[in-house]
Amino acid sequence: MQSEIPLYPEQASNFAANVDALMVYITLICVFFAVAVTAAIIFFFFKYRRKDPAEVGVPIHGDMRLETAWIAVPLFLALTMFGWGAVVYVDYRRAPLDTLDIYVIGKQWMWKVQQPTGLREINELHVPVGRDVKLILASEDVIHDFSVPAFRVKMDVVPGHYNTMWFRPTKAGRYHFFCQQYCGTNHAIMGGWVTVMEPTEYSAWLSGSSDASANPIVAGEKLFVEKACTTCHLSNGTGRAPSLNGLYGGNVLLADGSTVTADDAYVRESILNPQAKIVAGYQPLMPSFQGQLTEEQIIDLTSYIKSLQSQPAPAKGGGVAPSMGKK
Amino acid sequence: MSTTPAAVNQMPREHYLNATYGIRSWLLTTDHKRIALLYLASVTFFFFIGGAFATMIRIHLLTPKGLLVTPETYNKLFTMHGVAMIFFFLIPSIPAVLGNFLLPIMIGAKDLAFPKINLLSWYIYLVGGCFVLYSFSTGGLDTGWTFYTPLSSVYSNSAVTPAVLGVFINGFSSILTGLNFIVTVHTMRAPGMTWFRLPLFVWAQYATSIIFILGTPVIAITLLLAGMERMFHLGFFNPQLGGDPILFQHLFWFYSHPAVYIMILPAMGVISEIIPTFARKPIFGYSFIAGSSIAIAVIGFFVWAHHMFLTGESTYAALTFSLLSYLVAIPSAVKVFNWASTLYKGSISYDTPMLYALGFIGLFLIGGLTGLFLACLGLDIHLHDTYFVIAHFHYIMVGGAVMGYVGGLHYWWPKITGKLYPEFLARVAAVTLFLGFNLTFFPQFILGYLGMPRRYASYPPEFQVLNVMSTAGASILALGYLLPMIYLTWSMRYGAVAGPNPWPATGLEWQTASPPLTENFDVTPEVTWEPYDFDNRPDLGLDVKGAPSLAHGTD
Amino acid sequence: MHRTGELYEQYRTMEQQRETASLGMWIFLSTEVLFFGGLFMTYTLNRSTYPDIFSEASKTIKLSWGAINTVVLIGSSLTMAMAVWASQAGRKKALTWFLIATLVLGTVFLGIKSIEYHDKYVEHHIPGWNFQFEPGADAATNAHTQLFFSLYFGMTGLHALHMIIGAGLLIWLVKESVKGRFTPEYNTPVENIGLYWHFVDIVWIFLFPLLYLIDRH
Repeated sequence: MQSEIPLYPEQASNFAANVDALMVYITLICVFFAVAVTAAIIFFFFKYRRKDPAEVGVPIHGDMRLETAWIAVPLFLALTMFGWGAVVYVDYRRAPLDTLDIYVIGKQWMWKVQQPTGLREINELHVPVGRDVKLILASEDVIHDFSVPAFRVKMDVVPGHYNTMWFRPTKAGRYHFFCQQYCGTNHAIMGGWVTVMEPTEYSAWLSGSSDASANPIVAGEKLFVEKACTTCHLSNGTGRAPSLNGLYGGNVLLADGSTVTADDAYVRESILNPQAKIVAGYQPLMPSFQGQLTEEQIIDLTSYIKSLQSQPAPAKGGGVAPSMGKK
Repeated sequence: MSTTPAAVNQMPREHYLNATYGIRSWLLTTDHKRIALLYLASVTFFFFIGGAFATMIRIHLLTPKGLLVTPETYNKLFTMHGVAMIFFFLIPSIPAVLGNFLLPIMIGAKDLAFPKINLLSWYIYLVGGCFVLYSFSTGGLDTGWTFYTPLSSVYSNSAVTPAVLGVFINGFSSILTGLNFIVTVHTMRAPGMTWFRLPLFVWAQYATSIIFILGTPVIAITLLLAGMERMFHLGFFNPQLGGDPILFQHLFWFYSHPAVYIMILPAMGVISEIIPTFARKPIFGYSFIAGSSIAIAVIGFFVWAHHMFLTGESTYAALTFSLLSYLVAIPSAVKVFNWASTLYKGSISYDTPMLYALGFIGLFLIGGLTGLFLACLGLDIHLHDTYFVIAHFHYIMVGGAVMGYVGGLHYWWPKITGKLYPEFLARVAAVTLFLGFNLTFFPQFILGYLGMPRRYASYPPEFQVLNVMSTAGASILALGYLLPMIYLTWSMRYGAVAGPNPWPATGLEWQTASPPLTENFDVTPEVTWEPYDFDNRPDLGLDVKGAPSLAHGTD
Repeated sequence: MHRTGELYEQYRTMEQQRETASLGMWIFLSTEVLFFGGLFMTYTLNRSTYPDIFSEASKTIKLSWGAINTVVLIGSSLTMAMAVWASQAGRKKALTWFLIATLVLGTVFLGIKSIEYHDKYVEHHIPGWNFQFEPGADAATNAHTQLFFSLYFGMTGLHALHMIIGAGLLIWLVKESVKGRFTPEYNTPVENIGLYWHFVDIVWIFLFPLLYLIDRH
C-alpha cells in the first residue's frame, strides 16, 4: 500500500492508470534531460576550472548541427507528450452516451449533490463502481472546482452555465474530493467524500433513503405551476408557447432556421434568457426568470421537463413546436 | 591595465553618485543610473513585504488545521504575497533596476531616449504602490492575485478596489519603461554597435519590452473594467447581469501569461552575460540565444488559455493552446543547451555570479521542465490548481528570476557602487539559497500530485510531512536572502575598491569607470569588436595565446 | 529646463532627437491600440451574445449628434494635417490658426459629447445610477441594456479623456507656435501631436458605427 510519504494517490477511476503512466513518461524524459544537462555542467565546471588568473577559454561560436539537433529532438518529444495528453483529454471531455447523471451544485462553501432519483446529499457523493458517471456542475455564486484526486479528474464550476465531467470508478472505497478553485473564506474546507459502492449496494442505498418530497420531478412540477409556466406552455400545443411534451432530448427548429438539441443547457438558457433562441412559429413573448430561481430550482424544473419526454407529443397543427424527432 | 584586485584601485573622483548632492537631486534626477537605484530601494521594500507574507504562510502551514491565522487572514496573506511580489517586485526588478542602469551604457549612449519619462515611470510605480499599500492596510485583499470574477467584482468583502486601481496605475510604469527601452535600442546605439554586436542582456530587455508595451495595456483595461464592475455594479463579468466570468479570465491571462516571460527573459539576459565573462569565452550560439528571446516574447502571446483548460473552454481551443505551450518551451531549451555548451573548454572561475548563473540553470531546468507536465492536457486535469503549479512557478520565478536578479546585482555591483562585495560570504549565501530553495519547493511537486489544492488555509493531515519539509526549507531560503542584503549594504561603505573592470568582462559598461560618470562616457565610443570576444581584446590584459579562434561558425 | 527646439543632452544630433521622438510616439500609439483593443473585444463579444438588446439600446442614442461629431472630428484631423504642413512650409501664422481651428473643433466635439451624456442622464441610461432602460422594463432587460451602456460610456469616455489630453497638448502647441518655435527644421512636436490626434480620430471612426449604427436602416 502507500508508503510513509506516498508519491501518488490511489488509482480509483478509469483515467487514473493512464494519467499516472503519462506522468511517468514525461518524468522520465524530463529526468533524462535534467540529469544530462546537470551532469554536463558539473563535469565542465570541474574539468575546465580556471588554472591561471589570466587564462582565457577556447572561443567556439556555435554549431549548426548541434542547434538543429537540440531543437528537433525536444520538439519531437514535446509532440509525443502533447499527443498522449491530448488523447486523454479529448476522451475526458467527451462523456459516453449512457451515463448515470448526477447534479452537483457548488455554493460558498458547500456542495449539494442530487442523485437521479432526487435523493440529495451534502458534501458527499455516492456512486456505483464500474458505471460511467457524469456530473453536471452548476454554481450558485462564484467559480468553484470539483476535484477528485484519486480519480485524476476535476472541472471548474462556473456560474452562468453548466460544465460536465465524467469518470468510471474502478475501485470501491472512500476518496477525498476538494474544491479546487479559490472561492473565498472557507475554500479550504469546502470538500467531502466520494463513496464508491458495489452496484447492488448503491441501488439499495439509493432506494432505501428516498424521500418523496425530495423527488425533483415532483418539486419541478410544483414550480412549473407556481411560476405560471402552464399559462403559455399548454400540453396540448394550443398555447402561446410550445408544449414541452416530448421535448427533452429531441431537436428543436428555431426561428432563424437552425436547429438545437433540447438538453439541460438549452432548458436552462430558455428559462433564464428566453430571447436567445426563439422556436420557429412562436413569438418572443417569454419573460426571463433570471434572479428568480436558484440553480436547484432550475434543476428541478429540468427534471420535470425531462419526465415529459415520454408524454405524448401534441398532434400536428395548431401551435405545436415543430420537432425533428429524437436523437 | 591590470585586472587583479590586488593592484591598487582608486575610486574615481567624480561619478554619478557624488556629482550632485541633496534629496532633490535624487528625487528629481533624470540620470538613468540614479533612477535605477530609486527602483532598487522600492522593489526591495516590496520584496520585504511579499517575503513577510510568505514567511507567515509557511509558518501557518506547519499544521493541518493552520497554525497562525484565521482562514480569512490566510487568504489575504497569499493574495497580498502574490500582488506585492509579482507586480511590485518581480516585474520591475531586473528591467527597472539593472535594465535602467545598464542599457544606455551597454549600447554606448549617455542616457535612455526619454530620461524624464523614465523618472515619471518611477513615480507612477510609487503611486500604484501607495494604492496597493492602502488596500493592504485597510482590511487587505483576499481575491487571489488573479482577481477572478465574480469573486473579486461582486462577492469579496475586502479592499479590492484600491488594489485593482494600484495595479492598474502600476501598469503604466511598465508601459513607459518598455517604450523607453525599445526606442533607446533603436535610435541611441553608438556608432559601430550593430544589432548583432549588442550584448545579449540588451536583446533580452528588448524582447521583454515588446511584451511590456503590447501586453500591459490589456490588463490595464481588464482591471479597469473589473474595478468599475465592482464600484458601479455593472455586469461585464457577472452572470447575474448577463456577463461572463470566463471573459475576465481570457482578458486577464492575455497579459498575465506573457507577464511571466517579462519576469524570466531579463534574468536569462543576465545569465547570458555572466557565463561568457566567467568562462572567458564567447557565448555558444549568440544568434540562437538572441532569436530565442524574441521567439519566447512572440509565441508567449499565444498560449494564455493554458490556464483555462478546465473552465469548460472548447476542446479545440484546449488542443491549440496545449500545442503552442509546448512550442514556447523549445526556445528556452535552446538557451539552456547553449549556456551549458559555453562552459565546454572555458576557463571557469567560481566567482559568485557564476554560482548564481549555474544555480539559475539548475533551478530553471526543473521549473521549465515541469511546465511540460502542465502543458500536457491529460496531466493538467489532475494537476491544475494543485501545489504542483505552485512549485512550478516558484522554481521559475524564484529559482530563476530572483536568482538571476541577485546574481546580476552581484555581477554589476562593482560597476554600480565601485566596490567589491565579500566573495567568501557571497558564495556561502549563493549555496544556501540554492539548497534552501530546493528544500522549500521540491516537496510541493509531490504534494501537488497527491492532490493538495492551492490556496488552502488548512489541509488533510496526510499532507503534513511534506508541508513541514517545505517550511524548513523556507527558513534556510530566508537566510540566503538576508545575507546578501546585509553584506551588499556593508560593502557600499567598507568593500574593497573595484576598479573599472574587476572580472574582467568585454562589454562597453566595463570600459567606464566604476562607478561611471553621470554622462557615462566622456567621448562617444566607437564599437569595432564582437561581443564576448576575449581573444581580440588585448586591453583586458589576459593571456590570449595568439592562436587563431576556431571557425566563427554560425553567428 | 530646455527650450523647445534645443538639442537634449542624451542625443548626439537633432536628427537622432527627431527620429527618437517620432518612434516614441508610434510605439505609444501601439500601446493605445492594445488598450482600446481590450475594450473593443469586450464589446464585440457582448454584442454577439445580445444582438437584439444592443440594437434596441443603440437606437436610443441620438444619431444626429454622433454624425455631427464625426464630421467635426474628421474636420479637426484635416486642420491638424494642415497645421503640420504649415509648420513644414514655415508658414507660422497659418500654423497657429490651423492649430486653433483644431482646438476649437475638438472642443465642439467635447461639447456635443456632454450634451449626449446629459441626455443619457435624463433618460436614466447611466449604468449604476438609477438605471432604467424603459419604464416597465424587467430586470433582465435592464441588466443587458446596462451592459451596452456600460460599454458605451466606457468606450466614449475613454475616447473623450484622450481628446481632453489632446486638447491640452494643442493649447501648449498654440502657445509655442505663437512664440515662433516651430520651423521647417524643427517641428517635431507638431508632427507627433498630429499623429496622436489622428489616432484619436481613428478610434472615433470605429466607435461611431459600432455604437450608433447598429441595425439602422
